[in-house]
Amino acid sequence: MTDSTLPLARIEIERSAAVERGYWRSVLGRLRHDPTTLVCLGLLALIVLAVVFAPLLAPHDPYATGISRRLKPIGTAGYPLGTDELGRCILSRILYGGRISLFMGTFPVAVAFVIGGALGIVAGFYGGRVNMAIMRVMDVFYAFPSVLLAVGVSGALGGGMVNGVVSLILIFIPPICRIAESSTTQVRNLDFVEAARASGAGAWPILRTHVLGNVLAPIMIYASGLVSVSIVIASGLSFLGLGVRPPEPDWGLMLSTLRPAIYVQPWVAAMPGVAIFIVSMCFNLVSDGLRSAMDVKM
Amino acid sequence: MLYYILRRILYAVPIALGVSIVCFSLVYLAPGDPLQTLLPDDTPPEAVAELKAKYGFDRPVPMQYLFWLGNVLTGDFGTSIGTGRPVIEEIGRALSNTLLLGACAVAVAFTLAIIIGGVGGYLHGKVSDKVVTSIAIFGVSVPNYWLGIILVIVFAVELNLLPAVGMGKSGSQGFGLDLESLKYLILPTITLALVPLGIIARTVRASVAEVLGHEFVQTLRAKGLSERGVLRHVVKNAAAPVLAVMGLQFGHLIGGSIVVETVFSWPGTGFLLNNAILRRDVPILQGTILVLALMFVLTNLLVDLLQTTLDPRIRRA
Repeated sequence: MTDSTLPLARIEIERSAAVERGYWRSVLGRLRHDPTTLVCLGLLALIVLAVVFAPLLAPHDPYATGISRRLKPIGTAGYPLGTDELGRCILSRILYGGRISLFMGTFPVAVAFVIGGALGIVAGFYGGRVNMAIMRVMDVFYAFPSVLLAVGVSGALGGGMVNGVVSLILIFIPPICRIAESSTTQVRNLDFVEAARASGAGAWPILRTHVLGNVLAPIMIYASGLVSVSIVIASGLSFLGLGVRPPEPDWGLMLSTLRPAIYVQPWVAAMPGVAIFIVSMCFNLVSDGLRSAMDVKM
Repeated sequence: MLYYILRRILYAVPIALGVSIVCFSLVYLAPGDPLQTLLPDDTPPEAVAELKAKYGFDRPVPMQYLFWLGNVLTGDFGTSIGTGRPVIEEIGRALSNTLLLGACAVAVAFTLAIIIGGVGGYLHGKVSDKVVTSIAIFGVSVPNYWLGIILVIVFAVELNLLPAVGMGKSGSQGFGLDLESLKYLILPTITLALVPLGIIARTVRASVAEVLGHEFVQTLRAKGLSERGVLRHVVKNAAAPVLAVMGLQFGHLIGGSIVVETVFSWPGTGFLLNNAILRRDVPILQGTILVLALMFVLTNLLVDLLQTTLDPRIRRA
């Protein structure tokens, strides 16, 4: 490269930075006109705050039992959402339980995003036999309905929160890997990557500067849609007795232990499910909103 | 066409083998010696050694897999720890109940989804878009175990209209096509059908709206073809992507049935699986997962072949 081309190159870089700023501004602009996504984001922020400050907000100790106050109805003085089969405060348990649910929703997806994303990008970028080896293994895991695989793995491992997380990571790697692979394959065949390759750029600089920037957004948007799935399946595992163990306040586990109480206090028994439903729906709507604001097509 | 079908079937074989390897490995995921998890604690050592030889646990792991695969292919899935009966018998009995529930859920979900999505796509307005999207969002967000509990609370506890759990007074044996038996089917069917209903309706709507926007539809109308004739073309063109989603949703139905059957104590494979987990009955766990996963592989194969028949462009891809 001669000296005379340098200023030109700098102008190009500055212009692309301006385009970048313009893109994120337009994303924010579109989000500002999407009331559903904004309301859901606000609601999620409130839920996260309530869960983080659970010790300050919870009216009672979530583990404190009391035989004399078993299965009190919604609206009981001091127990706004009633009490469970052991007399524990439902509201306090839902607040503390949110910590486990939010963790089970985000952590497995984040780990699967790193592993599945890396595998998919490598498969898509190198193609050929590497792609074949990675993607055929993914096909096998993809051949299992996700809940079935999660139940099978945590059933064999033997329940517990750690095993639940492992099984969730395992079921999210294949779909994330597939999206990463197809996005990378598309980008790899674009002209600017060809040009970079022709100009002698190595694999790692091409990956870092040209591929990652273009594929991370679709993978992240896809993974954000999996958070609600993760929350629902994790609570489902606890509901089946495969996730968090008693007496931990987990929403799925609470639904399961309160099930016999549906004949005594039906609406108290349904409360933990309301929490799962609201959080899962908010994550779904936010993910949908982000997808259309970022104009990602899948 | 024949070449494509053969190629697609051949492609399913390594997938099925991969699925069998994963299921085989489940026993090794369990903590401790695989045989130890299959046997009661007080089994005498000589019996353990005999069983080790019988089930091939004294051989290297790849040999064990081939031995197990050979047994599975001849229909020997082992013996249940809980009941002592052959696993294949237990699964067979449960599978018929799951298939009954699954067939009802598929019929309800697919029919309603096609009607709701089709009408939504045909009207193609903001309101229909909102309605179908809301149903879809509700479907993907609602935990079906909770939905089942809510339906039981409303229809069994509060209104006392429908039975809460089970398959009738005399279990699955007494189940027939009479009104009394069918009442037991209603709540689990609705619970199982709602999630795929939302997702398929959304796909049908998008697919129909997209096909209606094509120029060939304008041409058909300009040529004076009746609306019914136009619809026939639209259905044919919109069917392929819808079929693909239906195939995937069938898998979700299989997965969903595990929790839904547990909520309703419906004596199917999901209920069997849940009991196997509680009793740590690994042969049942392994066998049930293998059978259900293979069913899913087979369904995907059928969907692919059907799609190709409907849309020959796929064959060339």
